[in-house]
Amino acid sequence: MPLLMKLLVQRIALGLLLLLLVSALIFWGTNILPGDVAQSILGQSATPEALANIREELGLNEPALSRYFDWLGGLAHGDLGTALTSGQDIASSLGSRLKNTLFLAFWAAVVAVPLAIFLGLLAVRYRERWPDKLISAITLASISVPEFLIGYILMYFIGVKLGWAPTVSMIHDGMTLGQKLSSIALPVAVLTMVVLAHMMRMTRAAILNVMQSAYIETAELKGLTMFTIIWRHAFPNSIAPIVNVVMLNLAYLVVGVVVVEVVFTYPGMGQYLVDHVSKRDVPVVQACGLIFAAVYIGLNMVADIVSILANPRLRHPK
Amino acid sequence: MSDQLLKVRDLKIGARVYPPGEKPHDIEIVHGVSFDLEKGKVLGLIGESGAGKSTIGLATMAYGRGGVEITGGEVWVNGREILHTSLRDLRKLRGTEVTYVSQSAAASFNPAKKIMEQVIEASVHAGKFSKKDAEARAVELFAKLGLPDPESIGNRYPHQVSGGQLQRCMTALALCPEPDLVVFDEPTTALDVTTQIDVLMAIKDAIRDTGVAALYITHDLAVVAQVSDEIMVLRMGDMVEHGTTDQIINAPVEDYTRDLVSVRSRQHEGKPPTDNPVMTIEHITARYKGTNFDVLHDVSMELHAGQTLAVVGESGSGKSTTARVMTGLLPAREGQIVFEGRTLSADLAGRSRDDLREIQMIYQMADVAMNPRQTVGTIIGRPLEFYFGMRGAEKRKRIEELLNDIEMGVEFKDRYPAELSGGQKQRVCIARALAAKPKIIICDEVTSALDPLVAEDILRLLHNLQKRENVAYLFITHDLATVRAIADSIAVMYQGRVVRYGPKADVLTPPFDDYTDLLLSSVPEMRLGWLEEVVEHRKMESAGN
Repeated sequence: MPLLMKLLVQRIALGLLLLLLVSALIFWGTNILPGDVAQSILGQSATPEALANIREELGLNEPALSRYFDWLGGLAHGDLGTALTSGQDIASSLGSRLKNTLFLAFWAAVVAVPLAIFLGLLAVRYRERWPDKLISAITLASISVPEFLIGYILMYFIGVKLGWAPTVSMIHDGMTLGQKLSSIALPVAVLTMVVLAHMMRMTRAAILNVMQSAYIETAELKGLTMFTIIWRHAFPNSIAPIVNVVMLNLAYLVVGVVVVEVVFTYPGMGQYLVDHVSKRDVPVVQACGLIFAAVYIGLNMVADIVSILANPRLRHPK
Repeated sequence: MSDQLLKVRDLKIGARVYPPGEKPHDIEIVHGVSFDLEKGKVLGLIGESGAGKSTIGLATMAYGRGGVEITGGEVWVNGREILHTSLRDLRKLRGTEVTYVSQSAAASFNPAKKIMEQVIEASVHAGKFSKKDAEARAVELFAKLGLPDPESIGNRYPHQVSGGQLQRCMTALALCPEPDLVVFDEPTTALDVTTQIDVLMAIKDAIRDTGVAALYITHDLAVVAQVSDEIMVLRMGDMVEHGTTDQIINAPVEDYTRDLVSVRSRQHEGKPPTDNPVMTIEHITARYKGTNFDVLHDVSMELHAGQTLAVVGESGSGKSTTARVMTGLLPAREGQIVFEGRTLSADLAGRSRDDLREIQMIYQMADVAMNPRQTVGTIIGRPLEFYFGMRGAEKRKRIEELLNDIEMGVEFKDRYPAELSGGQKQRVCIARALAAKPKIIICDEVTSALDPLVAEDILRLLHNLQKRENVAYLFITHDLATVRAIADSIAVMYQGRVVRYGPKADVLTPPFDDYTDLLLSSVPEMRLGWLEEVVEHRKMESAGN
C-alpha cells in the first residue's frame, strides 16, 4: 500500500515539523519577556556586576540562536534544564507530575469516551424524542458551567455532604490502584462532564449525517433493527469525524486540567506549572509548554492517522 | 394454496411536501393502484419520474422513503396483509421474503464493509442460513451472475469492483436469502449500454433459474420488454394500462402508452459538413492536474454552424473532458483549438471575455447548475449584464424574449428553480446559454436526467433554436437514440480516443469497427426477444473467432 504509507509518513513528518516550530515559538516567546533569568534570580537589588557574572555562568551572553540549539540539543537527550527556583533537574521533577496528569487524563478518558459515544448512539436511536433531548440538555448544561464550579459543587455534595469521595485528590506511589482511583473519583467526574458534550454531539451529528445514505436504506430493507443499523453500518463510516473530536478532547484532558488539578490540589503538571509561572521560573514554563504542545500535536496526529486508516479506499486500494 | 404471491389492492400513498413560500402539507402521490403477481412471474412497472413506480415497489415491503407514508389499501404477501402488521413482523419479511435492488449499487453498499459480509447479512441475521451456508450460496450466485472470481470477489470492498459488477453483487444480495419476491428498482439505469446488456441478461437468467418473482421498475420500455411477463404503465400515481408484455409493446390501447412506445422514433436527416468549420480541435492530448496519464489522446473534431456534432461513448471515454478542453477549463497538453480561423488560448485565463461568450455550456443536472436562491429572471439576466452590459428595461425585454424562445411564459421570471419541473429547469439553462448569443453550445448529457417524453420536447426545442440562431452544438451523450434524433455528425469515443468520426450516415452504416458495433448493438430495441438475440449473436461471434 504505497499510497497509504506515503500519506502516513507525510502526516508524521508534518507533526514533527510542527513540533519543531512550536519549540522555536516557545523559546522566542519566553525570551521577549522583559527581564531575563539572571534578573529573576537576583531580584531587584541586583548589582550590574552580579548580573554580568550570572549571565556569564548561565551562558546568557551567547546569541539567542545558539542558546536555542543548546536547549533543543538538551531536549533531544531528555534534558529539560534546571529549575531556577529550586535548582532541581526539571526532567525528574516533571516526570512524576506528568505521570500523575496522564493517570488522571487516562481514567477520565476511559469513562468519558465510551460514555459519550454510547450516548451519541442512543441520541440517534431516539432522535427528536425525549431521550435525545434529555441527553442534549444535560451534556450542554454540564459544558456550560465552568469546571471549577462543577468541581466545588461536586466536592460539596458528594465529598462533604455524602462523604462518598475524598475532596482532596492526593496520590503517591505507595497507594494501591484502588486507593488511587477512589482518590481521583471527583476530578475524573468533573473532567468527564466537561468533555462529554463535544464528543457526544459530534457522534450524534456524524452518525445522523451518514444515516441519510442509501446503504442505510439497504440495511433497513434487510430487516435489521435500528440499533444494529446504527452500530454496524452507520458508526464505521463516521469514525473519522468522531475520532477527531475525541482526540481534541483527550488533548484537553492533558493540557486543560490545570484548573481542575488546582481545585482538587492534585499533584499533576497543572499545579507544577501554576507554581512556577508565579515564580517566573522560565525554564520550567518552557518545558511544560513544550510537553503540552507535544501532547496536542501528537494526539491530533493520531486522529489524522486513524482517519486515514478508517478510509477503506485508502486501506484497500483498487 | 394458490400461486398468488403478491396482492395489492387500492394502494394509496401520501407524502409531505415543502413547497417554497407555502406551508408544508400532505399530498397523495399514488391514488389507489391494484395488481396481482403470481409466483415466478415478472411484472414491469413503467412510467416517468413521479409516476410512483419506486414508491409502489417499496410499498410491497411496507416501506416509505423519507416522508412517504402509505395511507390506504392493502398489500398481501404470501397470504399475509403487511400494512397493518408490527415492525417486528415487517423485519422478518424485509430482507428475506421480499428483497430490494436499488438503482445505484455504488451508494447502496456500505463502503466500510466487505461485499460478502453485506450479501449474506440478511440471511444470517434472520437465521435463514448459517454463515457458512450463506457464503456458499453467495459464491454460487456470484458465479451464476457472471462475476469474475466468484470465490474471492466477496472479500473485496465495494470500491474495488466496477459499477456493473457491483450491480450484480446487489442482485446476489437480493437473491441470497431465497426470497419469494425481488423488487428491482431501475437496476441498469446508471450503467453504460454495453454493461447494461450483461447485467440485464444476468438478472434475467437469475430470475429464471431461481424461480423468484420480481417487480421490475424502470422508465425504459425497451428494457422492461426484455425481462417481464407483464407490464403495468403508471402515470402520476395512477395505473394507465396493465397487460402482457406483448400486448403493451405491440398493441397498446391507451394514448399515453402509445406515446411511450413511439417516443424513440424521432428521426433527423443529417446535414453534410460545410467548408468553414466554426471550431476545429486538432490533435488534442490532455491530462488532469496531479495525474501522470493522458485522458485524451490525439483527439480531433470539427463543429459547423447550424449543425450538431454528437459525441458518444461510455462513461470515462473522455466525452466531457473534450468539452472541458474546448472551453479552456482544462488546458490541453498538446494540440490546438481553432475558432473562426484563429487559435484560441488553451487556458481559460488567456481568453477574452468575447471568446468566453462564444462558447456556452448546458449541463446534465440543471438542478445544480443554477443558484437556488436566484429567480429565473436573475439567472437568465446575468449573462446579459456580464457580456452586453444590459440594464433595466432593455434587459427585462430581452429576458422576456428569451423566456418566449424556450416556450415558457413571462410569468416564470420571478419563480425560483425549486418551483420548476425538471424539463423547465433545463429550458432555463438553455435560455441562459442562448442569452450570450454564442456560436457554440456544448450540451453535456442534457436530456439524460429527463423522462423520455420531456427529453423529446427538449430535443425538439434545441433543434428549432439551432435552425433560427445557426448555432453549433457539441452534443455529449451516451444514448444512441438521442444521437439518431439530433446529430449531423458523430464522434465515437473510447478510452480517450476518437474511434470513429464522420457524418451521421457514414458512422451509422456498416462495416463497423469492433467498439462501434458493440455500442450500437447494445442499445435496447423495443421488441420481444431482442436481448436473447443479441446475446446469442455475440456467443456465436466469439465462438467463431
